[in-house]
Amino acid sequence: MNLQTLIDSLLNDTLQTSLPLFQPELALCGTIVLMLLVRVFRGGEHIPSFVIALAGSCVALWLALPREGLASWAGVEPAEIFTGMLVYDTLTAYMRVFLLCFAVLFIVLVRMTGIADRDDGQDFYTLALGAILGMCIMASANHLLTIFLGIEMASVPSYVLAGIVKGRRRSSEAALKYAVYGAGTAGVMLYGISLLAGVLGTAHLPTMARELVALDIPEMLVSGEQSLTVMVLALGGLMLGVGLAFKLSAVPFHFWCPDVFEGASAEVDAFLSVASKAAALALLVRVGFGLGHVPEASQEVMAMQQTSPVHVASTISNRAEEATHLVADTSNRTIQHEALADDSPLSPVRRFMVILLAVVSVVTCTFGNLAAYGQTNIKRMLAYSTIAHAGYMIMAVAASISLLGQGGTGSQSALAALLLYMAFYLFMNLGAFAIVAFLRNAMQSEEIADYGGLIRSCPLIAVLMTAILVSLVGLPPLAGFWPKLRVLQALYTAGGPLMMFTLVAAGLNTAISLVYYLRVVKTICIDPEPDTRMPVTLGFLPVAYTLVVSLPVIVLGILPERFSLWANQAVTQIFQ
Amino acid sequence: MTEHILSWIVFIPLIGMAAIMCVPRGNNSAVKMISLVATGLPLVLATWLYFSLFDKSSSALQFQEEFLWIDLIGAHYFVGVDGLSLALVWLTTLLLFIAVPASFSILKAQKAYYALLMLLEVGILGVFVSMDYFLFYVFWEVMLLPMYFLIGVWGGPRKEYAAIKFFLYTLVGSVLMLIAILMLYFNSDLTRLDAQQLANAGILQVSEEATAEQALSEWTQSDNALAQQFVATTGESDPAQRKQLHTFNILALQQMGQHTDLFDGEGLFGKSIQWWAFLLLFIGFVIKVPSVPLHTWLPDAHVEAPTPISMILAGVLLKMGGYGIIRICYPICPGAGYELAYFVCFVGVVSMVYGAFAALAQKDFKRMVAYSSVSHMGYVVLGLGVWSAVAGTGYNPDFWKMGANGAMFQMIAHGISSAGMFFMVGVIYDRVHHRNLDDFGGLFAKMPVYSGLAIGIFFAGLGLPGLCGFIGEVLVVLSVWKYSTVLAVISAAVVILTAGYILWAIQRVYLGAEYKGPHGEALVPITMRELLIATPLLVMAIVFGVYPNSLLRYMQPSVDRQIENLASWTQLHDERETAANPLDGEDGQMAAANP
Repeated sequence: MNLQTLIDSLLNDTLQTSLPLFQPELALCGTIVLMLLVRVFRGGEHIPSFVIALAGSCVALWLALPREGLASWAGVEPAEIFTGMLVYDTLTAYMRVFLLCFAVLFIVLVRMTGIADRDDGQDFYTLALGAILGMCIMASANHLLTIFLGIEMASVPSYVLAGIVKGRRRSSEAALKYAVYGAGTAGVMLYGISLLAGVLGTAHLPTMARELVALDIPEMLVSGEQSLTVMVLALGGLMLGVGLAFKLSAVPFHFWCPDVFEGASAEVDAFLSVASKAAALALLVRVGFGLGHVPEASQEVMAMQQTSPVHVASTISNRAEEATHLVADTSNRTIQHEALADDSPLSPVRRFMVILLAVVSVVTCTFGNLAAYGQTNIKRMLAYSTIAHAGYMIMAVAASISLLGQGGTGSQSALAALLLYMAFYLFMNLGAFAIVAFLRNAMQSEEIADYGGLIRSCPLIAVLMTAILVSLVGLPPLAGFWPKLRVLQALYTAGGPLMMFTLVAAGLNTAISLVYYLRVVKTICIDPEPDTRMPVTLGFLPVAYTLVVSLPVIVLGILPERFSLWANQAVTQIFQ
Repeated sequence: MTEHILSWIVFIPLIGMAAIMCVPRGNNSAVKMISLVATGLPLVLATWLYFSLFDKSSSALQFQEEFLWIDLIGAHYFVGVDGLSLALVWLTTLLLFIAVPASFSILKAQKAYYALLMLLEVGILGVFVSMDYFLFYVFWEVMLLPMYFLIGVWGGPRKEYAAIKFFLYTLVGSVLMLIAILMLYFNSDLTRLDAQQLANAGILQVSEEATAEQALSEWTQSDNALAQQFVATTGESDPAQRKQLHTFNILALQQMGQHTDLFDGEGLFGKSIQWWAFLLLFIGFVIKVPSVPLHTWLPDAHVEAPTPISMILAGVLLKMGGYGIIRICYPICPGAGYELAYFVCFVGVVSMVYGAFAALAQKDFKRMVAYSSVSHMGYVVLGLGVWSAVAGTGYNPDFWKMGANGAMFQMIAHGISSAGMFFMVGVIYDRVHHRNLDDFGGLFAKMPVYSGLAIGIFFAGLGLPGLCGFIGEVLVVLSVWKYSTVLAVISAAVVILTAGYILWAIQRVYLGAEYKGPHGEALVPITMRELLIATPLLVMAIVFGVYPNSLLRYMQPSVDRQIENLASWTQLHDERETAANPLDGEDGQMAAANP
């Protein structure tokens, strides 16, 4: 194969296959460039950057939506794009729609609360859209380098966003803390990536899984030879996990979260807690499934490859084409995962991940809920609440990976629970932080005590906030109940002592979390107005926005069907 | 109208709530009128249902309504009443209707108060009519938030503490319940039931001339979504590919619990799935009942809650626990119930004794009544748990039937007497603003009509023959005799303690020469509103005491049938145990216990 054919196939792959599937991201890129350059031209400064940002993200959302309506997700043709660096499948499609929906709502919110004003509006929108772009890459990453790239693309703008309020010491402190913490974990993660890639000879996730199968870890564990390899792999995995745990704000890498949330503005908190977290979870799924699962078809190929010893030497483009081909094959097959019984060569990898995730999730959840008790600042309390919810979401991933060995449906439904959780969490947390932001504008305070007696001055906001908080507890008939139920279901289906322990922990955590959420409800609905507070009046638009964002919390509680259908379809191809 | 009567009963208060929210601020009389109508209409419908529509000779589920609610998890909107729930539905509508005028003395944020009261009624009624486990759970939780606010906003000095305590206890219980629901759901399989069992579960509608098998074949050919799933699942010939058809249908789960081995699988620590499910459910329900040692939320909640809320709390909310035990715990997990029967009875007796002693020690009038509730609800747990249909009695279910009927009767009787007692305490609290038993005395002279009514209602709580409290207690205590002499003797002795604390309270409050406590000048005779609330309660206490059949004949067919089913299950179970014969491995279907 000479250079010309290599370049040709690369070009062909990029232009014909990859870029058409990358349209929403391209639209985001275009919007960012347009926003930055529009002021260069005469008259450009009169075009508000809000309009460009909103239009750009709407176009991106429109491009991300499947053509035949949301219900047609399952028909998406899965493909590896950009020579296997990214993967395009139903999960990518779902996450992109989710992230871009959030982007649209977020841009409207920051405009209304005035955090992105006329002068530095374009900075704010550029950073936010840039971070969203990074998150889209995280959600579709298929290669350790794109994982790192996505995380950094999402994180660096977030550091700046956290400190965007100029002249506030707390805000700057939060940004610095966030950046230092992020840089540290990124370094550790990079080291982990180099270890994994070094041992396995590749950074392409499906190939890594095949290499893991080829290593035959169970045999190594039994014979005790090469235990160093296993240790290096485990160490690499743990270090990779550090980077993910930072993004997820999972214990013990959560320390940045409360400080950043308190220092940054409430709008940015919404951004971090919904979009950033969702992308990190999607990435966790990519890593977990990428390493813990080898599709049937590639197993056969692997067997073939083992007969011919040139399996790593194949060129990048060749491998990508091969992989693309394989993926198309699998979608036509009836996947029989029964073949992957628990004695499969990857079961130690899965077990490692499941134990790690289960322990981290239980600790994260419990710690978040307990630490939220003592908080007096609403943003800090909600920060701990997001830590706790990250714990519940990681439980779903743990259940899903542990079900991988037992066939597809259980694992898929656990993953669907995660996606449903993300979707419902968007409404709950965006609603909560929007209320916090609007109230901050109205009364210059973010202390829980200052929310006293809100029910008398703005009853609608108080009722909506109550609904959101109770929904965060997870009580029916509000939206937050369903994802929690689905997670519990997934844990139960996964079975086994560890999952049962996680299940009980999740259940008890619900009861623990009740107290601090209800304390805010109590302050809002029962306590008298504090004397020091100014009168609170909210305009029509903020109330309308809050209503639009948080009404789904109530409506979806009674009619969750449509969303769970979408979530279910979005996981149909995860076992490619 | 009549086929949707249950939905109307449940959701009319919700319409009322919406109407209340639309009333302009400050128009409190309109709010009260709407509340009266929105609680009155369900009462009228429930009374109509009780006296004329309900077929009291039948033990089957009546007025069923069913449609698919959430397809993905197979949750249905499935409601219906039988003898177990009919009286409780009626009691709920009655007490909620009475609670509205009893709330007229509340002046703070009335619009919100009545709106929450309506929501509370929706939740409680929903629990009693739900035949889908999931729906049951949702209604169970719906009731929590309004109750939290009703105690937390309108309560006494320690209202917030009491409200969160109530919420937390119930939530812990319901989380355990949710886990149990998942356990049962994921082990259920509709395809393991035969035609007759499906008909019993209310899934097949069998007309009079057709057999269950015909109905089954008709059903499988219909375009009903569940039927098609059923066909698809049963049609799968490869056993490895065969999936289970899970269900939340409570009646179907009961059939599975009694006729298949679906829930006998290994759970954790060597105990079966149904053992764990029973335990989790039982804990969830006895928190609500409440039984010792999980009762500590109740005195606080009762003391701090406003009078009408105390009436509802004692009158119907506690009954949800008892109802859950008889509707869900025993029929779905008979094996575990059999194993834990003595434990259940023991919990009941401990509650009776402990509650009675605690009531004796109280200085606060309302707290005393609250502890009397713990004691009285102990009878319910005891009566439901008397598994006397064992080998020693020749599997004679009669005593157990008596106990269960007594427990059901006791729930209604206690609903009336305790609501009345709380109201009576509230009447004097409104006047003198304290509840210290030792500061009362001589009320008879100042408020003769009130005192007469109050003493009548307190006697009903005491269990005086001729009043409603007597029937339930005597049925329960009699039934225990055959089960365990020790428990019978102890529970009979509790009657003396009960008489002790009630008579002592009557003596300290109503008798005596004159009232020496604070605010003596405020002791005016009972008002017409209070009279209209108290009188029906006393009348009913007398009617049910003199003519218990007015309640029993509605409950008895359903209760008896359930106990007979469980008794025959016990017999089969024991025969299997003695034969040490493993179950038929093919499908685990035993010979139908109830042909």
